[in-house]
Amino acid sequence: MSGNAATHSAPLAPAVATPRRRNYARRYWMFVVPAGVVVISVILFPWLFTLFMSTHEWKIGGGHHFVGLDNYKKLFTDERFLWSMVRTLYFTALAVIGPMVLGVAAALVFNRNFPLRGLARTIFILPMMATPVAVALVWTMMFHPQLGVLNWLLSQFGIPPSMWVYDAKTVIPTLVMVEIWHWTPLVMLITLGGLASLPQDPYEAAKIDGASPLQSFWHITLPLLAPFLVVALIIRTIDALKAFDTIYVITQGGPGTSSETINIFLYLQGFAYYNMGYASAVVVVFFTMIVGLASLLLWTRKRVKA
Amino acid sequence: MKRFLEKLGFGVAVLFLVSPAIMVFLWMLSLSLKNELDNTAFPPIFIPNPPVWDNFISVFQNNNFLLYTWNSIVVSFTATGLAILIGVPAGYGIAKMQANKAAMLILIARITPGLSYLIPLFLLFQWLGLTGTLTPIVITHLVITVPIVVWVMIGFFEGLPGELEEAALVDGATIWQAFRHVAFPLAMPGITVATILSFIFSWNNFIFAMVLAGRETRTLPVAVNNMLTFEQISWGPLAAAALMVTLPVLLLTLAAQKQIIAGLTAGGVKGG
Repeated sequence: MSGNAATHSAPLAPAVATPRRRNYARRYWMFVVPAGVVVISVILFPWLFTLFMSTHEWKIGGGHHFVGLDNYKKLFTDERFLWSMVRTLYFTALAVIGPMVLGVAAALVFNRNFPLRGLARTIFILPMMATPVAVALVWTMMFHPQLGVLNWLLSQFGIPPSMWVYDAKTVIPTLVMVEIWHWTPLVMLITLGGLASLPQDPYEAAKIDGASPLQSFWHITLPLLAPFLVVALIIRTIDALKAFDTIYVITQGGPGTSSETINIFLYLQGFAYYNMGYASAVVVVFFTMIVGLASLLLWTRKRVKA
Repeated sequence: MKRFLEKLGFGVAVLFLVSPAIMVFLWMLSLSLKNELDNTAFPPIFIPNPPVWDNFISVFQNNNFLLYTWNSIVVSFTATGLAILIGVPAGYGIAKMQANKAAMLILIARITPGLSYLIPLFLLFQWLGLTGTLTPIVITHLVITVPIVVWVMIGFFEGLPGELEEAALVDGATIWQAFRHVAFPLAMPGITVATILSFIFSWNNFIFAMVLAGRETRTLPVAVNNMLTFEQISWGPLAAAALMVTLPVLLLTLAAQKQIIAGLTAGGVKGG
């Protein structure tokens, strides 16, 4: 396995093949056909069909008719949707910053040699691989205001108990805490891959010039690491926007609608109220938002590289 | 003295990083081995004394847990197997053709929220009369497994020197033979990584089965979530079930951590 994050960007690089080589390469199309069929039927077809449905009033069991852009108009005046958008952005901002800061710090720690490093690193990445639903259930029990272990922990430090996910004000930060627990390891791994690829010379030069460790981190490590950090940032942003499992299992959008993100709103519209047309319009807007933010970050990546 | 303090500080930092991960899993284990009285005690009781197995027994008695385990096994293995069968040649083809647009398409599949596939597919499966079987769940899991496999394999095949296959081609092999007998055996480490990751993310997936599964076709994450809704107060069995759902994945991670780390750093892949 070519174990570094650089391979991540490889397929995005422009092709530099000569025309002759390309002709020869074309013969490989048949290798891609089966996957192409799958992609068209379970990824592309749903996309086009969603676009079509979003222009219809479409109730399950209730028939459907064309309504043009009405679903979209309704969406942008639907306060519940607009609030879910605000909540999603709030959740995403916290759920990106937290893992980014902690993940980079963790990578700096795991980049050094110490006894039992392999074991510590494996334990550290376990949350990322664990089944989100199973872990969310345990968190739910830990958040219990009277009997939960977290409030007992707080009391040991003399901090008053929190309502965690049972209060509209604390529910999103609490869910972000679970998200940080889950996904900091991914940022750590990507950053660790970056640290492993750093050249040693600049550090030696800096040491000779009398730079402090903090200075060399700020002026050497961070700039060299920037491309990897942007990759981590993009992945983290996309995943935070899409977060569903933990939120749904722990709060189902509650209390009230105070943790209802776009994804939860979408689920409820589609599969609790069966407003398939309206839900399709949500999908289109949501996807545009994700692609927009991702391209914005990709653009930053190009600028960072230049 | 200064060196010692530095070492101590570093040790504390490691402990700080590792403890949240370990505490949650240990608490899960602790809950699953205690009776209801101990589980709801305040201040909490940490070490089960003596550990009891009743929670695990009750999970099997009160639920179709074996059936749901079987469903999860069928879905994850089929979806992973199909993805390998389809995705490995695709990764090879894309790497050879340097088909960047195809690679982009895979990337788009990676960023699309799982729910957005479900609305049209849900209707499609209804029309086809497939609801109530495992087929729709396997098909939707391909949405996760195929992109993971293709993405990992593109990276892997691009890292392989193409000379051996070219030699085979010069000797008169067809491109299929060159793939099957030269590139494929060389790609085994990459295929291992792709298989492990695709299995884990399919096993962990919740949303597709939650929408598509009926009573008989639930996968484990869906079954365990349903337990929360109906047995809110009984923590022991809930923790026992949660532990059993995630244990295979945790053990797999411990056993194959090297491959998993390599695969994740290479692609930043994640399902769902």
